[in-house]
Amino acid sequence: MSVMLEVSDLKVAVDDVEILQGVDLEIRRGEVHVLMGPNGAGKSTLARTIMADPQFEQVEGDIYFEGENINDFSTDERAKLGIFLTFQNPLEVAGISVEDFLRTTKMELTGEDISIIKFKRELQGHMQDLDLNQIYAERYLNVGFSGGEKKKGEILQMSVLNPDLVMLDEPDSGLDVDAVRIVSQTVADFLSDKKKSCLIITHHSVILESVKPDFAHILIDGKIVKRGGPELIERVNNEGYNWIREELGLEKVHDEVLD
Amino acid sequence: MSNLISNLTSDQNVKQQDTKRILAKKAAEREVLKENRRKERAEKLKERTYVEEFDRGVYDIKNPNTYEIMLKKGLNEEIVREISSIKNEPDWMLEKRLAALKIYHKLKNPNWGPDLSELNMDEIATYIRPKAQMESNWQEVPDEIRRTFELLGIPEAELDYLSGVGAQYDSEVVYHNMKDYLALQGVVYTDFESAVEQYPEIIQEYFGTCLKPNLHRYSALHYAVWSGGSYVYVPEGVHVDIPLQSYFRMNAPGAGQFEHTLIIVEKGGSLHFIEGCSAPRYNTINLHAGGVELFVKEGAKLRYSTIENWSRNMYNLNSKRAIVEKDGVIEWISGSFGSRVSMLYPASILIGEGARSEFTGITFAGAGQTLDTGAQVVHKAPHTYSTVETKSISKGGGKAIYRSLVQVDEGAYGCKSNTDCQSLMLDAQSRGDTIPTIILKNDDVDFGHEAKIGRIDDQAIFYLMSRGLSEEDAKAMIVRGFAEPVAKELPLEYAVEMNELINLELKGAIG
Repeated sequence: MSVMLEVSDLKVAVDDVEILQGVDLEIRRGEVHVLMGPNGAGKSTLARTIMADPQFEQVEGDIYFEGENINDFSTDERAKLGIFLTFQNPLEVAGISVEDFLRTTKMELTGEDISIIKFKRELQGHMQDLDLNQIYAERYLNVGFSGGEKKKGEILQMSVLNPDLVMLDEPDSGLDVDAVRIVSQTVADFLSDKKKSCLIITHHSVILESVKPDFAHILIDGKIVKRGGPELIERVNNEGYNWIREELGLEKVHDEVLD
Repeated sequence: MSNLISNLTSDQNVKQQDTKRILAKKAAEREVLKENRRKERAEKLKERTYVEEFDRGVYDIKNPNTYEIMLKKGLNEEIVREISSIKNEPDWMLEKRLAALKIYHKLKNPNWGPDLSELNMDEIATYIRPKAQMESNWQEVPDEIRRTFELLGIPEAELDYLSGVGAQYDSEVVYHNMKDYLALQGVVYTDFESAVEQYPEIIQEYFGTCLKPNLHRYSALHYAVWSGGSYVYVPEGVHVDIPLQSYFRMNAPGAGQFEHTLIIVEKGGSLHFIEGCSAPRYNTINLHAGGVELFVKEGAKLRYSTIENWSRNMYNLNSKRAIVEKDGVIEWISGSFGSRVSMLYPASILIGEGARSEFTGITFAGAGQTLDTGAQVVHKAPHTYSTVETKSISKGGGKAIYRSLVQVDEGAYGCKSNTDCQSLMLDAQSRGDTIPTIILKNDDVDFGHEAKIGRIDDQAIFYLMSRGLSEEDAKAMIVRGFAEPVAKELPLEYAVEMNELINLELKGAIG
């Protein structure tokens, strides 16, 4: 399988503080990767830098998408290449309904005109999968949504916009058990054809049971310190990160909140 | 104007023909002079273009400056008398003009607010009559002028969703028409000159009583040189179910527009009146100092919607005021776009118990613009209510200032007033400010004031861009969302126009 995303020696800073200190990552088409690590390790920073979040400065290194260096690509250009990021805290935008917003962006991404009726039908299907009330489509984007609705909304956007590379930044945090199950299933279905790739950031094992990652990367203090397969995920879930710190000769952290 | 002129005695006719001939000759001479000066100035202006120039599409269409009459620039008694004579006005109106002129000379520019020192009345022509008569059929309006209004969408709007339209071009109204069924109910909608001629008692009774000439320098100026505008009368209990619209278009450079709008809604009646304004861009200062007087009688309701879209060489010093009687309602919807400087604070004077005022406004200030706008409410009677909701947007170094007055008088107990003003700054160079004045003369008032000033959220832009929208589109989407509470108050077509204006302003100088 061809390489979809390649990140090499990526160093990222915010206000001159280096958060990522040389990260390498390679994701091939059809692969699911999980990015784990304690809070503040730089997991979201990595995903957001791949999406060109202006608050992060790419100091060194390169990002390639399907062989092309995209260092100089703006956020919307990266979106048009097929990169997608779900936000931990999606922003509220008044004045545009979920439906209008998604139809507008979908037309922007595909460059094609999409009929309102056809789109409505498609959207309704996706909303049913996520157990979202149909009224939701008429409401302004994320305005007044509950935490759970916002999270599901991000997954809905993923389903509708149909990207090649999805980066899911804690898609399961703050969700109740049923919602986690629904979100997990939707993501698993989305990835089932093995033509898409996924980078998922999570602290929970439930979603990973459905999504079944091929690889795991452990990020501590801005560096990927360990890589492995599903067995690594299980060990982290059982034991936390201190055994890795120990291996690396780092100071252990007590009372670490895994959640 | 045709019926006005046909009523002239032959003496007056001859006199007026002479005046016209002399004025036309002078105008021709001035054209040559002006042309030379224009060339000279064009060279100079290349070096010092202070406003960010951008194409405003149909709003920027310029017609050649050919006029039947263009009075010389400046302001003095002779000019005021000339305007009155051209209009063949009754003496009482001339007297009002001259009295206002005296007041104008006594008053100074306000010692607060935007700098008006660049505005020089010696450089402003106060009266310009287009080569057109007032018509009630668009086909009779001269091609060039009709074409302008067509591009602005006025005749189509009239067919689709208005019950009457007035269209003013520079100093004179060139079109006025209203659906017959309203006339049958006693509704009057006409240009202001015809109103002075046909309803002298009513005009004498109301004119200048709500918005007084001594209110400030530019209301005095307005009363000295007013020309054009609309008069609406809604009889008791009549509901005008479809809006009326007057559109004011300025075409001439270095000129002023001073239309007077007077609306009376009798007991229990209702009306939605829409006012539109625009002008093409020039590199000379233009002035708009219109006057709006609204009388809302007992239990009546008037909604007054405005979208002003001036070019960046305009000083917009417009005055609007409503007197609201017992249980009456005034609703202001105000969109202020364009202009170099705007000072606009529509006022509601609530004189009857249970009267209500609702103000919803949006202001957009781009590069080189100072838009000082807001609202005034005076609660003079008990149990009167007011709300003010404003949104201001500034970008590219523009200044959007919200300025307001809410006053509750001694005897006005049990009043309720709530203000919510929000400013959105699109970049670090721009400025948003709120300057509220609150005067409460009794304790029995339920009063609220909330002001929020913020910059556009970079993370919101990033969020929208991550879904494939360009930075420009993302910003526009956020600004439209910010403006939405105002847009939703407008009839659909005007909401669309407002959104287009927002897009236009955003494209103008992406910063």
